[in-house]
Amino acid sequence: MKFLGYKAVRLLILLIVVAAISFIMIEISPINPVRAYLGEMAGSAEQLAKLGEYWGVNVPLQDKVIGWLKDICQLNLGTSLIYRIPVSQVIMEKFTASFILMMTSWLISGVIGFVLGILAGAKRGTWVDKIIKTYCYILQSSPAFWIALIVMMVFSVWLKWFPIGLAVPVGVMASQVTFWEWLHRLILPAFTLSIVGISGIALYTRDRLINIENSDFFLFARARGENKWSLILRHGVRNVLLPAITLQFLNFSELFGGAVLVEQVFAYPGIGQATIEAGLRSDVPLLLGIVLISTIFVFIGNTLADISYKYIDPRIRSEQDE
Amino acid sequence: MNNLSKLSPFNSLNLRQKTIVIITLTTLLLVLIFISSLNIDTSTITTDFALRQRPPSLEHLFGTDWLGRDMFIRTVKGLGLSIMIGAIASILSSLIAMVMAFFSSLNKYADSFMSWLIDLFASMPHLLLLILISICLGKGAIGVIIGVAFTHWLSLARVLRVEIKEINTSEYVNLARKFGKNNFWVAKEHILPLVITQIIVGTLLIFPHAIMHEASITFLGFGLSPHEPAIGVILSESMKYLAMGSWWLALFPGLALLIVVLLFDVIGEQVEKLLDPTKAQK
Repeated sequence: MKFLGYKAVRLLILLIVVAAISFIMIEISPINPVRAYLGEMAGSAEQLAKLGEYWGVNVPLQDKVIGWLKDICQLNLGTSLIYRIPVSQVIMEKFTASFILMMTSWLISGVIGFVLGILAGAKRGTWVDKIIKTYCYILQSSPAFWIALIVMMVFSVWLKWFPIGLAVPVGVMASQVTFWEWLHRLILPAFTLSIVGISGIALYTRDRLINIENSDFFLFARARGENKWSLILRHGVRNVLLPAITLQFLNFSELFGGAVLVEQVFAYPGIGQATIEAGLRSDVPLLLGIVLISTIFVFIGNTLADISYKYIDPRIRSEQDE
Repeated sequence: MNNLSKLSPFNSLNLRQKTIVIITLTTLLLVLIFISSLNIDTSTITTDFALRQRPPSLEHLFGTDWLGRDMFIRTVKGLGLSIMIGAIASILSSLIAMVMAFFSSLNKYADSFMSWLIDLFASMPHLLLLILISICLGKGAIGVIIGVAFTHWLSLARVLRVEIKEINTSEYVNLARKFGKNNFWVAKEHILPLVITQIIVGTLLIFPHAIMHEASITFLGFGLSPHEPAIGVILSESMKYLAMGSWWLALFPGLALLIVVLLFDVIGEQVEKLLDPTKAQK
């Protein structure tokens, strides 16, 4: 409990600092709030001046920052300029969509990556190992959005299994999409994000397993005559699993970045797409809101990693009890 | 089979020589790409509507785009740009890492400030921070370079910090301090020679990430302007034509980028082998 309280305080301080810094960064950027609000519309000089006053263009920077922090404390993130509804509402809707996408691929890539890593480590030096290693190196060195483009080319254009541009069909409200339609749209982005995510965890697992295979207790177990797979299962997997889970939790930051790129390619209506729209069309309230929610997301990942270390590992748990 | 492989000249070299050969070859290839991209005059990339959307052929290796421009030339030009931006950004980011690491070694408060700063930078998704910095600096090449530099110094700074801490507690550094040497002297004479390997390897290992992130952010529209022949621009343009079956527009430029990234990975690993004696014979 004390641990969670400590974490909560840290998160609060972190959020305040991130909010202030990101706000200042937007402030010194060349974005003009009046122009951003008007969008493509024209306005007379008088109207512009009035709007400028309304948006507080001439208020000193420190007052602006304090005002913004006050608003956040009241959970008021402002109104999105693109969607014309409160930012919290936009984020709720978009983040749920992205969250499902991210968690699906997080699970898939974690499980498959771990299994591939164990396989490669157990069969070190054979062709199985070489194929898995090559796959991982290539995936690690290619940008996620390019993989997404290739996946789209193969499955949508060539095989025609999925529609191109997977957004909600024209004339249908986002909220009225049936479950199956929506699932259909989830498959390709989740697939792409999964195959991109596999490489890191697989290479790490392979490395750890090889380290363990070189250890004395492993050698002793082998000398006792245990067969190979029971060796791997009883001495390898049990030792690798925990650090692998921790690594996967620490991966939330990369996961978010990957989701942004993949959503952009597949036009998946999630937080990534909202980020890009907000950035390109200078929707400052929405952008700042997304910065905060993604910071919370990454923080939760890191905290879960800490917890998994502290509470799952029987060795560390017993140390703490003493 | 074994006898045959003994005959090849490559096998008569020892591992260290092999490493040097690999580094030389990969570096040569990258330099070749970079120089040829510099020699391409953008005005020679002519638009020719008679040659629109041609699939790859001997004449146009990577095909042509919707304006009839040769994709191979555009790709090489884009790779050159990527290498340049990657180089500036990764050197800049290892400089930041160095300054931060030395700063943290000054005293206890500087050290806890540094680790707090690292935590802060790591608390936001990489890509989002990159987008924010890029917006803050008004997009364009400078925004990308600064953005990539400021998001990639963390891992190197962490490594250097630990390394420097270790050296700082060693006997000979204590002795040097007792002799009245100042911080700067210790940093220059005792610490730098020991961490310079880490810095060089670290810079090389940032390179591939820098190139990939530059391409990603340009692809999203926050990086280089659409008029530059960058890989990210080429790929984001290709998205519009994928549905019409112009697969070559996306496949080859991305593949070329992948190869460049892999080459930098190889160089980084091999240089590490060369400079770090404990890894040299693995």
